[in-house]
Amino acid sequence: MTLYALSTCGWCRKTKELLNANQIQYEYIDVDKCQGEERTEASAKLRELNPRGSFPTIRIDDEVVTGFDEDRLRELLEI
Amino acid sequence: MNKEERFSDEVLKTYERLNKEAEEGGYHLNPDKDFTLRLVQGLLENERRYGYWCCPCRLAFGDKEKDLDVICPCYYRDSDLEEFGACYCALYVTDEWIAGSKKHGSIPERRPAKFMREGYSETPPPQSLAPNPQPLSYPVWRCKVCGYLCARPEPPGKCPVCKAEKDRFERFM
Repeated sequence: MTLYALSTCGWCRKTKELLNANQIQYEYIDVDKCQGEERTEASAKLRELNPRGSFPTIRIDDEVVTGFDEDRLRELLEI
Repeated sequence: MNKEERFSDEVLKTYERLNKEAEEGGYHLNPDKDFTLRLVQGLLENERRYGYWCCPCRLAFGDKEKDLDVICPCYYRDSDLEEFGACYCALYVTDEWIAGSKKHGSIPERRPAKFMREGYSETPPPQSLAPNPQPLSYPVWRCKVCGYLCARPEPPGKCPVCKAEKDRFERFM
């Protein structure tokens, strides 16, 4: 499970808070904190999941959730 | 411990200024103060990173011309307030949103996909419906953030309504 986020974004933080509060294990990358090639690579991977390249984007198994969609996250994570 | 103690004086002062300007211009900041202070912190972080206030919920190109449409307040704010009651990052919200009649949460990205990939590019201003009957004594400038119009030799240094800077005006007539 991977979360593409921005460290400055309120909706990305709400997503992290929801996952943390429910002890969900996940990897995340704050793309705004990446520089140079790392940033290009992270943006490209994000666009494979979400062609618009918006934040937050979360891959949960084969599902991709874009934006902070609490209902959808709760449903997929059964929380 | 007071939650606001986690924020620097710079963040708190900027919040106070933005809040005052928003109210004077007929806008409202998000009343969830902790959420809003963090967004202000993000704007100041982007100021340090890029030299301008890129939207905290959008990845900056780091080139002011490419990010011109998403410098806060962004060109999409007013349309998003109208449709969803909140702007994309939810720094600005409407009375209806505050009263709870609009759903709180992420809204769709209104920025065109082309700009998200390649950055902003200027589009020609809309053509007037009828030719001007007589030449204007002054050009008319339009603020692309809030639509404020003024007739004067040059656009103002700052929009008196939304405080957008001079480079965000277009020649309207």
